[in-house]
Amino acid sequence: MSVVIDLVSWLLLISGGFFFLVGAIGLNRMPDVFTRMHAVSVGDTLGAGLLVAGMALQAGPTLVTVKLFLILLVIWFTGPVATHALARAALQDKLLPLITNRSGKLVEGDPDKAAPKGSSKPVKGRAKP
Amino acid sequence: MMFAAAILAVLAALILTVARALKGPTVFDRLLAANSIGTAAILLLALFGFMTGRPEFLDIGLLYALLNVIGTLAVLKFFRYGSLGHGGEEEAEA
Repeated sequence: MSVVIDLVSWLLLISGGFFFLVGAIGLNRMPDVFTRMHAVSVGDTLGAGLLVAGMALQAGPTLVTVKLFLILLVIWFTGPVATHALARAALQDKLLPLITNRSGKLVEGDPDKAAPKGSSKPVKGRAKP
Repeated sequence: MMFAAAILAVLAALILTVARALKGPTVFDRLLAANSIGTAAILLLALFGFMTGRPEFLDIGLLYALLNVIGTLAVLKFFRYGSLGHGGEEEAEA
């Protein structure tokens, strides 16, 4: 039984570390603030959740597990709130998301004017950084 | 052993995040990185406590988690209004 718990704990901790690392790599590779927020939120929610689950399995049903899930609860509530405030502040600061125009170049643009009615092709998603 | 592996992953992520905080072109990039650094610090504290068999560090991690969001919002407010004493009543006209 203890072997099974250890195995599941390994799996959770390794995948949690992986997602946290992926978020940090995305923070460095993405082209603008909004896409970076998108990348980081993966690490801060999924990565933290998996890491805490892995640690809770090792702690067993004790007070330590309660504290761990309290930390996770705080991270899960405050992370999106902080990110939302950041995105709002960035938009109010006239910082617009990058979009690809029809020639495939990344330009800073207004999302409402992204696809004019006469255009033959809809504006595609984000280009590679 | 398993905690050491997770600590290594989080440390690598922390280094990358610090790199973004140092070079981030706008203040929002730096704040986003600072927020992520806070989360990484909490997880590092918890993992380190488990690795050394002293989970008392979790209390400090909880404190960090509560301070993290306040810090981010405070810096955002400072850059929006230029002072922390702003009441926010005139936000509708701003």
